[in-house]
Amino acid sequence: MSANLVALAYLVASVFFILALKGLSSPLTARRGNFLGMVGMTIAVVTTLTVTKNWMLILGCIGLGAIIGAVVARRVQMTAMPELVAFMHSLVGLAAVFIAIAAVNNPVSFGLPAVLTMGSKLELFLGTFIGAMTWSGSVIAFLKLSGRMSGSPITFRGQHMLNLLLAVAMIGFGLWFFFSDTTNWTAFASMTAIAFVLGFLIIIPIGGADMPVVISMLNSYSGWAAAGIGFSLGNPMLIIAGSLVGSSGAILSYIMCKAMNRPFLSVILGGFGGESGTIIIGDGEQKIHRSGSADDAAFLLSNADSVIIVPGYGLAVARAQHSVKELAEKLIAKGVTVRFAIHPVAGRMPGHMNVLLAEAEIPYEQVQEMDEINSDFSDTDVVLVLGANDVVNPAAYIAGSPIYGMPILDVHKARTVMVVKRSMAAGYAGLDNDLFYMDKTMMVFGDAKKVVENMVKAVE
Amino acid sequence: MIGEIDPTIINLTVFVLAIFVGYQVVWNVTPALHTPLMSVTNAISGIILVGAMLAAGSVESDWGSWLGSIAVILATVNVFGGFLVTQRMLEMFRKKDKKGNV
Repeated sequence: MSANLVALAYLVASVFFILALKGLSSPLTARRGNFLGMVGMTIAVVTTLTVTKNWMLILGCIGLGAIIGAVVARRVQMTAMPELVAFMHSLVGLAAVFIAIAAVNNPVSFGLPAVLTMGSKLELFLGTFIGAMTWSGSVIAFLKLSGRMSGSPITFRGQHMLNLLLAVAMIGFGLWFFFSDTTNWTAFASMTAIAFVLGFLIIIPIGGADMPVVISMLNSYSGWAAAGIGFSLGNPMLIIAGSLVGSSGAILSYIMCKAMNRPFLSVILGGFGGESGTIIIGDGEQKIHRSGSADDAAFLLSNADSVIIVPGYGLAVARAQHSVKELAEKLIAKGVTVRFAIHPVAGRMPGHMNVLLAEAEIPYEQVQEMDEINSDFSDTDVVLVLGANDVVNPAAYIAGSPIYGMPILDVHKARTVMVVKRSMAAGYAGLDNDLFYMDKTMMVFGDAKKVVENMVKAVE
Repeated sequence: MIGEIDPTIINLTVFVLAIFVGYQVVWNVTPALHTPLMSVTNAISGIILVGAMLAAGSVESDWGSWLGSIAVILATVNVFGGFLVTQRMLEMFRKKDKKGNV
């Protein structure tokens, strides 16, 4: 195929990618969007095949990757989506590094001049270091999300200084590579190695609760890495697809930061939010909470007119979504109005709760976002909080509180509140939650799934 | 005229415009579908597969084409894994939709 035809086919593929994202504006058009994305990808791959050699090798590798990808996609639990996404980001990062190394080794096979121009070197430098940081950062995010590594932030003295020095050294090696007349492997390899280390160091101080930001940010990086490779190879399709992904991840990071009322920079610098924070009690006074059994809770629920269920990360951990659906159905059969309220940062990635509830086949008309439902809490008889904490902490309204200003679900305005929790331990922000000590609040202790199953039995 | 334009400038033009398109399109995505948005963008960033194919398919086979082959596998896992898991999630949203309409 001529270069012009290839470029035109790539343009068509790029348009399909834009349409794929556009489809996601509504659940009704989303599947068509995803299908258009697949069409775009097929066009891109088939077109590229016409200009490459080694077909057998390439098709073999594609076949192998396709099998692995299909098996992973089929097997993964919906609760494990954040890990899967982090894992896939790491693959893009590593692929970008490999491609950049291959391009430095043999520029001609990519249609670049045999002796790299300064512009190409700069683009390869960008593609490599973003790719390398995406890979190592995503590996850490994957380990943290899958529980193979503690979610607590790892901090040490001089951390930011070390990162800064490494970044300067990386740029230094980059400049050396840039200004060398021949291909300077020493500089290129050192730069790549430092970028890998930086990726690790940047993610380790970020705590579990900030994972929705981290995962969105790495999503963004993986896009920029693809765009960087697009620049290196002079391929506008890679630049377009990469920029779409990059801006998507950036927007999601912004939405997540806003929902936590935390500046992006403070999330990135890290050190906030361990797995188990220390409880800060203002006056050291022992506060009293009321606790009840699942049966008590079921009695209150079935006698209510309106119920709002607030799911949090605890629901995902306990895989309680199917039991919750059963509970909701039983209550609806008894004439109770049941709705679900989703905070933007509930779960470990943007939109995680919606997917879990969808998996349990809870109709999406019952599932509402914070802005839609927040004014309704004051008119609600019973709110059932399942494994959420900081996102329902009224301390967000108290000036001087560490989470002051964070948008929360106004659960405390409801007539009765029931909180299902493992223990009285504080949330990720390490803050005590006054909601638990209110007169109208009843704590139900235990694993979310077991408690909800018991409630289902008791509602009979 | 003013002479030939450096291809990098043209690429930069494409880059900046694509960011604007991405910005507009992504803000319209409904928050309920943010997880599928992430998995589908994951699949789309697998477009790096094209670069990997060029590396794997270079005329002289040397270690660079082997690196390229590994990159082809990695990127394809992303493309297939990303699109298929998105499809699986979106099917779940559809089931509910049907039920809701009945």
